[in-house]
Amino acid sequence: MIRIEHINKKFKKLIALDDINAVFEKGQVISLIGPNGSGKTTLIKSILGMVKADKGKIFFNNELINGDPSYRSQIGYMPQIGRYPDNMKVGQLFKMLKNIRNVPAEKIDEELVEKFKLREIFNKPMRTLSGGTRQKVSAALAFLFDPDVLILDEPTAGLDPLSSEILKEKILKEKSKNKLILITSHILSDLDELTTHIMYLQEGKLLFFKEMDQLKEETGELKLGKAIARIMKGEKFNSEWIDKMFEVQGENKVY
Amino acid sequence: MLKLSKYVLYDIVRNKVILAYTIFLFIISFTLFNMEDNSSKAILSLLNIILIVVPLISMIFTTIHYYNSYEFIELMLSQPMSRKKILLSEYGGIGLSLVSSFLIGVGIPVLLFSPDSVGFSLLFTGVSLTLVFTSLAFLTSVKSRDKARGIGFALLLWFYFALIYDGLILMILFTFSDYPLEKATLVLSALNPIDLGRISIMLKMDVSALMGYTGALYKDFFGSATGILFTTGIMFFWIVAPLWWALRVFKKKDL
Repeated sequence: MIRIEHINKKFKKLIALDDINAVFEKGQVISLIGPNGSGKTTLIKSILGMVKADKGKIFFNNELINGDPSYRSQIGYMPQIGRYPDNMKVGQLFKMLKNIRNVPAEKIDEELVEKFKLREIFNKPMRTLSGGTRQKVSAALAFLFDPDVLILDEPTAGLDPLSSEILKEKILKEKSKNKLILITSHILSDLDELTTHIMYLQEGKLLFFKEMDQLKEETGELKLGKAIARIMKGEKFNSEWIDKMFEVQGENKVY
Repeated sequence: MLKLSKYVLYDIVRNKVILAYTIFLFIISFTLFNMEDNSSKAILSLLNIILIVVPLISMIFTTIHYYNSYEFIELMLSQPMSRKKILLSEYGGIGLSLVSSFLIGVGIPVLLFSPDSVGFSLLFTGVSLTLVFTSLAFLTSVKSRDKARGIGFALLLWFYFALIYDGLILMILFTFSDYPLEKATLVLSALNPIDLGRISIMLKMDVSALMGYTGALYKDFFGSATGILFTTGIMFFWIVAPLWWALRVFKKKDL
C-alpha cells in the first residue's frame, strides 16, 4: 500500500534519513522504533508530504506522491505534538475538518469523541486544553474519517492509563478491519499486543524490518522489549538506550 | 479554497486589530476632510498618511498572522489539501480583510467628500499597496522560520520602500543632475510601488503644475491611457511576483 524507495533526507548536516526502503501492506501494524532523533517522525512526515525528501520516491497505492494531495484523504494522522489554532474551540475544529473533508455522515467515526467524552469540552478554546486532552483530540481527529491508513506518532505519550487503554482498544479494532497502521512509540509494552511488524531505525538508517513472530523466534523472547534488547545487545550498538528503556519499565511496575 | 479562506477570515475578524485599523483609517480620513475646506488638500494629506501607514500595517499584520496560523497550516497539510491552495487561501483571507477595512475606513469618507478621479485613484493606490505589501510579507514569512527574523525582515523591507528608496533616488538625481533624467526616473519609480502610487496620484492634482518640465512630462505620460495601463500593470506585477515566489518557496519547504 505504501512503498518507500531509497529515501534520503538531510537537515543541514544532520542525516535524518539514510537510504530507507520499505513496503507496507494492508492489515499490518508496523511499529517504528528507535532512539530519539533516529528519523521516525521525519519518515512519517515524508509519507505525509510535510517533509520533502532530498532523494527517493514514496508510492501510495502504486502512485507516486508528488504534489497531488488527494491521497491524504485516506490517511489519518495523529501528530506527536498536536498543534491547533489557539482561538478555535474544540467543537469548531471538528466541524471545520468535517466541512473541509466533505465526507458523508455515515463514513464519520466518532467513537473516540464519545469515549474520550470530548463533547463535554466542545466549547472550550484549544489553548486552554492540557497536553493529554490535546492528545485525545488528536487521536479522535485521526480516526474521525475512518481512513484506510493510520499514522500514529507516539499515540499513548501523555495519556492517562484509562485513555491509553481506550486508544489501544480502538487501534486493535481498526486492525481487525484490515487497515494499515503505523505507530511510533517508546513504550514497547504498549506495542506488544498491537504490532505485527517491527521497523527499527537508528541515526536515519533502517537496521531491520521484521515480522514480530520472526523476531520472537530469533530471540527466543516473548516480550517485544526484551526481544529488541536482545538483538541490540547481541549487536552491541547503543546499549545505553536499552538501559534507559528498562528503567522506565521498572518505574511502571512500581507505579 | 473558499472554505479555507472563510476560516482564515473568521479568525482575523475575531481578532480586534483589523477593527482598530478600520476605525483608525476612518477617523483620520474623516477629520482630514473636515479640517481642510479644500478637498484636494485633504486628499494630499491623506495620501501622505496612507503611503506610510498602509504598507506598514499590511506587512506587520500579515507577518504576525502568518506565524500565528502556523498551527493551522500544519493541520491543513495533514489533510488532502495542496500547499498552493493553503497558501492562497491564507492570502485571500488576509488580503480581503485588509482591503475591506481600507475601503471602509478610507473609501467611505472619500466617496462622501471627494468622489472624483483623484479620490478613486487614491482608493486604487491604497488597495494595490495593501495587496502588494501583503504579498511581500508572505514572501518574507515563508522564507524565515523564525518569527522575530521574519518580522524584522518585513520591517526592513518597509523601511527600504517607504524611506530609504526615496533617499537613493534623490542621491541619483543629484549626482546625475546634468543629464536628462525624465525617462530614467520613470523607470526608477516603477521599482517602488509606493513611489509609483504617489506619482500617479500627484499628477492628477493641481500641484503637478509646480513640478515644472518634469511634471509636465509625467502628466503627459501618466495621464494617458498607456500611463494608466502602465501603473496598473506594474502594481499587478508587484502583487503577483512576490506571491508567486512565496508559493515556490512554500512548496519546497519542510514543515
